Amino acid sequence: MDFVCNFPLLSILLCMISCVLCTLISPKQARRLTFGTEIAVLAMSTAVLAFTLNTGKPFTYVLGEFPAPWGNELRGGALEALMATAFSAVLICCVLGGQDYVRIDVDGSKQNLFYTLVNLMTSALMALVWTNDMFTGYVFVEILTLSSCGLIAARETGRTTLAAVRYMVMNLLGSGLFLLGVVLMYALTGHLLMVPAHEAITEIAAEGGKVPLIFTLAVMTIGLGIKSGLFPSYFWMPDTYGSSTPTGAAILSSLVSKGYIFLLLKIFLRVVGDEIWKDLPLRWVLAVLGMAGMVAGSVTAIRARNINRMAAYSSAAQIGYIYLGIGIGGTAGYTVALFQILVHAVTKSLLFITTPRLAAVSGESLLFEKLRGSGKRAKNAGVFFTAAALSMVGIPFFAGFSVKLFMAVSAAEYGNPAVFAGVMAVLGISSVLNAMYFIRTVVLIYADRKDPAETEAGSVTSGKVPCGSATYYAASVILVLGNLFLGLFAPVSVNMIRQGLSMFQ
Amino acid sequence: MIKGILNNYEEAVAVILFVAGLGMLLFRRNLIMKLIGMNIMDTGCFLFLASMGYISGRKAPILTALPAQGTDYVNPVPAGLVLTGIVVSVSVTAVMLSLSVRLYRRYHTLDIDAIYALSKHKLEDR
Repeated sequence: MDFVCNFPLLSILLCMISCVLCTLISPKQARRLTFGTEIAVLAMSTAVLAFTLNTGKPFTYVLGEFPAPWGNELRGGALEALMATAFSAVLICCVLGGQDYVRIDVDGSKQNLFYTLVNLMTSALMALVWTNDMFTGYVFVEILTLSSCGLIAARETGRTTLAAVRYMVMNLLGSGLFLLGVVLMYALTGHLLMVPAHEAITEIAAEGGKVPLIFTLAVMTIGLGIKSGLFPSYFWMPDTYGSSTPTGAAILSSLVSKGYIFLLLKIFLRVVGDEIWKDLPLRWVLAVLGMAGMVAGSVTAIRARNINRMAAYSSAAQIGYIYLGIGIGGTAGYTVALFQILVHAVTKSLLFITTPRLAAVSGESLLFEKLRGSGKRAKNAGVFFTAAALSMVGIPFFAGFSVKLFMAVSAAEYGNPAVFAGVMAVLGISSVLNAMYFIRTVVLIYADRKDPAETEAGSVTSGKVPCGSATYYAASVILVLGNLFLGLFAPVSVNMIRQGLSMFQ
Repeated sequence: MIKGILNNYEEAVAVILFVAGLGMLLFRRNLIMKLIGMNIMDTGCFLFLASMGYISGRKAPILTALPAQGTDYVNPVPAGLVLTGIVVSVSVTAVMLSLSVRLYRRYHTLDIDAIYALSKHKLEDR
């Protein structure tokens, strides 16, 4: 076995070790250690990506040398490696871009604990990406939930605590159902490892016993659907993303929910297998819920009065795109779902690290009426926000456009006129709604203030945050470049995803 | 039907526990009650899991004398899973309790709707 095959486990362990170390050292050292760890994880994930693309076949890493039906496994293919690389890269940007606000929002003596949570979150996310065992998946789902709850509550105000409690209640419901699903799957197949479970399921399906399988999958899907914000359970999102510290909001919206979706996709494609999954009625339920989310998320976003809450509701709409892609199915559908995971991670994290900078020049307010003209006062934040907003709307050259294009193509490839018409209609409505609130916001932040006296007062920054620190610039520029890369060179990443899908099952 | 339930009484009890816990987690307004509900729900899962690994007439999977036969023992995997699950459940409960304490100190109530009403205007406006 090549040395590269150790990297998935090493990256999980490295994050855990650095998580423990962060509790012992000063905030400044903790920040540096976290940054170093993330860079190492990114490097290792990239190495695995290069390795798997090169060899063209996945590898299985057996923990403790116990063979298949008993032991625990990690599995590395190009898709897992691509996700791990993208997630760790976006994570670095989230940490860099929001670190000025961590200094303000988190109590001084507890800042190292914030980085502890970031490391714990990373290790759980990496474990969800790499694991090949359903129960391990459940354990790390809980760890991810706990650490993200900590990231919300790190900023100690009444509303973040409340948001954290609401988030936890919804998530506990989700993990309870997912645990039940895993237990039922074990009762059904006698296995927790994904590959032996798949063999058992193939036999069960051949004998015609699909009802228990559908029930089990439905329980798992509801569980992880609640946790990732699938319609109609997205109402916890605005409080959670809107009130936590920018790093927390960016990480939660762009990465944490994607971890759950990736695990769900793994269960559909690897445990159940595409040939059985594509005949189950469940995928149409997912597609319909995805479409409902695309419209409902956008409608609620239009009504929001606070820029962060608007961005949070738009997350619900974007998550809808992912589930619609999974529902359409086939290589084209899964590809667009996975591509949307990357695009949304890059775009939403950029939105959440720029909005506080717009608020900083508007009397620390995220309300739209106060933000009028803020793009002129904080020029860099205005430009970065506009780039992210244009991508969300789907302007060509930005990544959001490619997603919409591929979604239409995948619906066309499915070959059913009714499905194509439905998807195109919802895609059209969703794009118009997206344009309504994002373009409105861009126009608003470049508009003149109505009252000239207010302009004088508002142009003074509160002085708490440096208007543009080097780390914030670096993170934003990387995220914008990432977005343009996904938009202009979409075939590069799409080919990687297709290659990864071919070795995913 | 009744015979089937009697034969699988562990599973039946597990389902009752799970549904009762789920109902408490969803519909109770008191945070502590919600937490207890979550614990009952998890207990239902664990009972279900543990009952699957139990084979009547066999011993706990602890080797006392060699040579040992696999057919002498119950399935150890579900027991291991239940242990892991309990650890997870305990840590989640601890985190939730600490959050509840923090909320109580600020709002002097544990009723989630009342807390939400108290903070509603602040949530919208910043």
